[in-house]
Amino acid sequence: MSRLSSLFTTLAEQGRKALVPYIVAGDPDPRYTVTLMHELVAAGADIIELGIPFSDPMAEGPVIQLAHERALAHNTSLNQALDMVAEFRREDSKTPIVLMGYTNPVERMGYETFARQASDSGVDGLLTVDMPPEEAAEISALMKAVGLDNIFLLAPTSSEQRIAKVSALATGYLYCVSLKGVTGAGHLDVDSVRAQLALIKKHSTLPVTVGFGIKDGASAAALAPLCEGVVVGSALVDRFANWDHEADAAPQIAQAVALIKEIREAVDGAPTN
Amino acid sequence: MSSSKNNVDYAAFPSKEGHFGRYGGRFVSETLIFALDELEQAFLRLRKDPAFQAEFDRDLAHYVGRPSPLYHAERWSREVGGAQIYLKREDLNHTGAHKVNNTVGQALLAKYMGKKRVIAETGAGQHGVASATVAARLGMSCQVFMGEEDIQRQALNVYRMKLLGAEVVSVKSGSRTLKDAMNEAMRVWVTDVDDTFYIIGTAAGPHPYPMLVRDFQSVIGREARQQCLDSTGKLPDALVACVGGGSNAIGLFHPFLQDEGVEMYGVEAGGHGLATGQHAAPLSDGRPGVLHGNRTYLMQDDNGQISHTHSVSAGLDYPGVGPEHSWLKDIGRAQYVTIDDEEALTAFRKLTLTEGIMPALESSHAVAYAEKLAATMSPEQTIVVNLSGRGDKDIHTVAGIDGIGID
Ligand SMILES: Cc1ncc(COP(=O)(O)O)c(C=O)c1O
Repeated sequence: MSRLSSLFTTLAEQGRKALVPYIVAGDPDPRYTVTLMHELVAAGADIIELGIPFSDPMAEGPVIQLAHERALAHNTSLNQALDMVAEFRREDSKTPIVLMGYTNPVERMGYETFARQASDSGVDGLLTVDMPPEEAAEISALMKAVGLDNIFLLAPTSSEQRIAKVSALATGYLYCVSLKGVTGAGHLDVDSVRAQLALIKKHSTLPVTVGFGIKDGASAAALAPLCEGVVVGSALVDRFANWDHEADAAPQIAQAVALIKEIREAVDGAPTN
Repeated sequence: MSSSKNNVDYAAFPSKEGHFGRYGGRFVSETLIFALDELEQAFLRLRKDPAFQAEFDRDLAHYVGRPSPLYHAERWSREVGGAQIYLKREDLNHTGAHKVNNTVGQALLAKYMGKKRVIAETGAGQHGVASATVAARLGMSCQVFMGEEDIQRQALNVYRMKLLGAEVVSVKSGSRTLKDAMNEAMRVWVTDVDDTFYIIGTAAGPHPYPMLVRDFQSVIGREARQQCLDSTGKLPDALVACVGGGSNAIGLFHPFLQDEGVEMYGVEAGGHGLATGQHAAPLSDGRPGVLHGNRTYLMQDDNGQISHTHSVSAGLDYPGVGPEHSWLKDIGRAQYVTIDDEEALTAFRKLTLTEGIMPALESSHAVAYAEKLAATMSPEQTIVVNLSGRGDKDIHTVAGIDGIGID
């Protein structure tokens, strides 16, 4: 069983929800990405979504765009992100790592090379924001051959027919985009997410994580009972916006990771349904 | 000059999924899929709807001022001493460029689809002006996204858009040029996807945009083909058009694709020269990849990061190109060449002085290549150059290069 499936099985048995922080590889400084990943796990993260820096992050709001720019300023790209996962794996063989990014860096590396190297580095899945299932047949087959999960997005605009189609191709988990907009948008509506999840559950038995617009313990706790996991991106990444490269890294990392601790507690304390 | 014979049924492209060979497609986030489906269905239905077509034709005739003339540049041709050069005068269109053919078409689609608001990206500002223009006419609100750097070098067009009632949004991310303006327009579209129509300004982007922009712009080639037959009694030997995203070029080329004897040359921006890396010529010096919703040739580094581009003309300053051009290049039906900044500026002055026609700096790239090509051909042969726009908007830039301030 893949790391992702066994994680969700265990969580279900324990009646717990996955907490999934998103960071961009190399942000704010590539020297600390692996440390940060370990700290996130220590703070209660179940899965880490590691963003692959891209020059044109079309689906991101301003906070995560800046994170991509900071990472690129340090020359962090897909190759470096894979090295970081390999280094992380030397101490943590359990926590699933999902790469999240855009098609072009993966295509530039070559799908086959990517699948092999990602698997060798200890990556568990890939979520390519701008590669819908229609364009993903080739890479999905190559990923499947090496045991990598291909994770797809479902949006508030996805028709029921489309939900069925995407669900049939997805493995690992489904990522439910909670709102129409870019990452970091502020107009989350819990009732519409509830309706959207009900529709998804009609067509898939895969675990569903919800992301976009979760910024604190309260918003995470409101959504967690409805799904199998919550993704926290912009709110976490924003804590690196004013990183001081001259100052000690440890307290700055601790200050960022404190958000994940807070959300972990809120999610664990939320009533189940 | 020999033309490749590959018995391709060009009208059959793109495929149902929006592919031109391995290029094109639909690489967008899930939220936009439904909007692209909706647009595709509306377009496929309306392009067969006589009422829609009649309204489009009427607008092109009475609002844009079509057909645009095919002008025999006799003095210039004589000076070059080779082929006869004809200019397809898209510069005479309302708003001064070919861009308006497409915005009239897309705005009409928006109207038939019941959308109340349009958004657009722009580089040189020509597409922004053309979008603001049709929005004003239809009483729709219009927001134009433009890179901060382009706002500075195209100040006149920025003011034109504002006079037309559009809001110009300065884009400060990435390289602050056209590609970033397109990213930002996509972000806003994702957020307001229910009531907003995104008017893409070139034959790129996710399916169905490359197809529908091509179809709206193909009026250029259909007219030019007939005008050529009428005035010379035969088809032209070669077509020349500049290529930014590729809309004026595909508009001219497409109606001639099946005519095997007609050579086609797309002229990319050579900037400071291909060797410097500072250019905007993905077909000449790029590699296939995925950006802005389609697979196509791109300027990118070994890590798949999109490169910064440079061209003296803002409208060509784009690291990608419409997917149909990538395909036409690979199958050898069209050739893609480059003209650098200096050659374009020389051509700008040359055409102005010999014919009294001031071309846009974008179009000046086509003019410069046509001159080189004509010199290798005989006086019985003909070349059609797409004069995609007029140079008024660039006077400021040219004056700056001459060291003259005209503020
Ligand atoms: C006059 C003119 N020609 C050409 C272009 C390049 O666009 P395309 O390659 O889509 O025709 C532009 C773009 O702004 C333009 O303004």
